[in-house]
Amino acid sequence: MQYMLMFHESAADAARAQDPAQADAYRSAWMAYIGSMVEAGVFVSGEELAPPAAATSVRTREGRRWVQDGPVAETKELLGGYAIVEVPSRDVAIEWAARSPCARSDGATEVRPVLPQPMPADSAG
Amino acid sequence: MAEPAALIGQEAARQAAAHTAREAYGRLLAWLAWRWRDLAAAEDALGAALLAALETWPERGVPRAPEAWLLTVAKRELLQARRHQAVVDDPAVTAVLESAAGPPDAPAIPDERLRLLFACAHPAIEPSIRTPLMLQVVLGLDAAQVASAFLVAPATMAQRLVRAKRGLREAGVRFETPEADELAPRLHAVLEAIYAAYGTGWDATLASPAAAQDDGFTGEALFLAELVAARLPQSAEALGLLALLGFCEARRAARLDASGRFVPLDRQDVMRWDHARIAAADALLWQAAQQHEPGPFQLEAAIQSAHCQRAYGAPTPWARIAELYSSLLRLAPSTGAAVGAAVAVAAAGDPAQGLAMLDALPAAQVASYQPWWVARADLLIRLGQQDAALQALDRALGLTPQRPLAEHLQARRATLQAAPEENSSLDVDPARLRAST
Repeated sequence: MQYMLMFHESAADAARAQDPAQADAYRSAWMAYIGSMVEAGVFVSGEELAPPAAATSVRTREGRRWVQDGPVAETKELLGGYAIVEVPSRDVAIEWAARSPCARSDGATEVRPVLPQPMPADSAG
Repeated sequence: MAEPAALIGQEAARQAAAHTAREAYGRLLAWLAWRWRDLAAAEDALGAALLAALETWPERGVPRAPEAWLLTVAKRELLQARRHQAVVDDPAVTAVLESAAGPPDAPAIPDERLRLLFACAHPAIEPSIRTPLMLQVVLGLDAAQVASAFLVAPATMAQRLVRAKRGLREAGVRFETPEADELAPRLHAVLEAIYAAYGTGWDATLASPAAAQDDGFTGEALFLAELVAARLPQSAEALGLLALLGFCEARRAARLDASGRFVPLDRQDVMRWDHARIAAADALLWQAAQQHEPGPFQLEAAIQSAHCQRAYGAPTPWARIAELYSSLLRLAPSTGAAVGAAVAVAAAGDPAQGLAMLDALPAAQVASYQPWWVARADLLIRLGQQDAALQALDRALGLTPQRPLAEHLQARRATLQAAPEENSSLDVDPARLRAST
């Protein structure tokens, strides 16, 4: 089963990434975490995202397009990245989520099942 | 509240009182004893309440909520006894007793808690749900609380608890203390489940100094271990578990320093250990040994006892600890015990042998087992293999859910990168090498 782990960082943790004195420790913790998932054979894919300040949101309402600076929803925690993991159960996905640097710090990691997509008929054979 | 006495015959009322008492006793006692933290006092109070029921119910009729009635009387008894003898001065206990809250809505099960514990750890119940089931059925904790401690989604935990209870019913499990011939294995399952409850608290209270204030499920586990030991005083293993938890408790607070930083076992300030608790645990272990029935919990307690010798100014007896681990491995093999044995052999003077012991474990079994990676890093540092040690520290760091421990590993990593360490500290606490992990 595949799950998406969404890493929501606290503002303090995100600031740590920008602070030269703490950036190394911050980065090495994440590298160690992702590395452990790779070595354990559960990591499928994942990316780190630029801060929400770099986001642009696009909507269409009654035929008019609205383009805004910033994320769709302003929240206290910032989505800093995600990972797709392949694990035997939700329990194991939660176990991995608990090890993420943002979960053991002041942030949170959201665990969501990835819905299996039906195979297109022509590519199945 | 009461039905008119005329409507109900005296004999019927007496029978109703006796019936209610039988149905409610275990639950009420479990509830009162747990809150009051004094089994004997709770038993006395509930006994007095039952006596009062037998006297007044036949005359005035059975109250509509007989259990609540019994509980109110028992609580009054406890508060009176408290005023007379000034028991443990814990305002929280008084507050709970003075509140109107009744016992949790647990299923009504006749008879008392030891039988409940045996039912919860019945072979028909899947091992991973035994501890949550005990915490809910015997102590009345709710599924959401239990779920967080076991890192399971609350909805999943609630489903599993429901399924486990249905399983008990469908398997026709009778709530009985097992016969002598099957007591030992059944008791081991009970003790294992209690230790697992303790372990969740041990891990959770390492998360931060704030978390250390709250005791996780350590208090609950101690209560259950005391209960089993009191009911089965002849059982060496029940005493062994109680001793084991005593040693853990004595050292639990010393794992974090005043600023919330992790302190490894061999660097802990022994003045911050609870010496009275260590002495009490040693006495329990001695008492257990008199039964001449060695078992895994006594061995684990003996390992902890050996670590606690530092409290008396003696060096840690690593060779003795290595022997104890090898006995434990013969009796009850587990990944945790294998890691403990390797670390002890290394600390006793043979790090190469220790590393060989770690490497002999199947890779799949240790890939995500954090203590194995921490132990490996320790041993590689002792052997001067910096690069491999750094890699092992990274793996350990990536598997660590507690912030102080993660920060400690990061600090060690930074130190190691700067200069080779001469004296590696021991970061693997025996309490983290539980058989169930």
